Amino acid sequence: MKPIKIRGTEDTPDVILDATKGLIEFSGRSLPEDVLSFYAPVLRWLEDYIKSPNSRSEVIFKLDYFNTASSKIILDILIYFEHLSNEGKDVIVKWFYHKDDEDMADAGVEYFEIVNIPYEMHSY
Amino acid sequence: MKKFDYKELVYSFHKEMLGNNFTLVYEGEITHQITKAFTSLAENKMDSYSEDTNMKKKVFHVMVECLQNLSKHAEDVKILKNKGYAGNGIFIIGRVGPDNEDYHILTGNVIDNSSVPELEAFLDNINNLDRDGLKELYKKQMLEGTLSEKGGAGLGLIDIARKTGEKLDYSFIKIDEKKSFYTLRTKISRK
Repeated sequence: MKPIKIRGTEDTPDVILDATKGLIEFSGRSLPEDVLSFYAPVLRWLEDYIKSPNSRSEVIFKLDYFNTASSKIILDILIYFEHLSNEGKDVIVKWFYHKDDEDMADAGVEYFEIVNIPYEMHSY
Repeated sequence: MKKFDYKELVYSFHKEMLGNNFTLVYEGEITHQITKAFTSLAENKMDSYSEDTNMKKKVFHVMVECLQNLSKHAEDVKILKNKGYAGNGIFIIGRVGPDNEDYHILTGNVIDNSSVPELEAFLDNINNLDRDGLKELYKKQMLEGTLSEKGGAGLGLIDIARKTGEKLDYSFIKIDEKKSFYTLRTKISRK
């Protein structure tokens, strides 16, 4: 699978999707003008990835800000990896939040109340 | 016929804005470009007086959700050539509180009367919930809701209520048999 690297902008995140490394990373800001079209290639890539995943998948979220439409997509992404984890695959989600950003920390905690998946919380 | 007196009008707008502590008033088409411009304007302004980080985040957050609601849900939303959306509405940001330490964001847009009951029920439902109730509603909507064609997830208003911890102060003013004007005021308090 070809890796995908998307350079972030003021309203879209940096995205790294690398099957060889098992690395899936989103960082920066997410409030795209059109959430569906921005994330469509990402979700297509993930659909392929979960069919033949790396022996270990590391999913990193290091976002400063995301809007509510993106929050729904983030949940969809986590659910892909919940399936992988349920199949016995090695998956770890790392949720990064700025040390002053309580809301971002809470958002992570809430996702892991919904999605049953191994995770770590990291402040920076 | 009375001559159009722009001088009086400009001066009275100026006084209205200062008197109400409005820092930004905009009436017209709301697009993604406008959303980006207004949020960065507000961020720069808040940086200039070293506004507290959490307050800044909250204001930014509420602004984005309010502006995206206007661009996607006003009754006359149109699809732009570059696939974006534009809706018409009024957007105001101002300072409130005894020492003007808080912010409020006011929006208004025209909607079809037929949409009023559903929106009103949705707003009332949000206003009747406490912190935990809002959290559960947000989760439920994320899980069960689907993104509309316009990228709306039905989460914006719930999120505003959660982030601000305030009730959504809304009204519907009937324009005629077909249309109403929907107003929403969101307060972001320093707590």
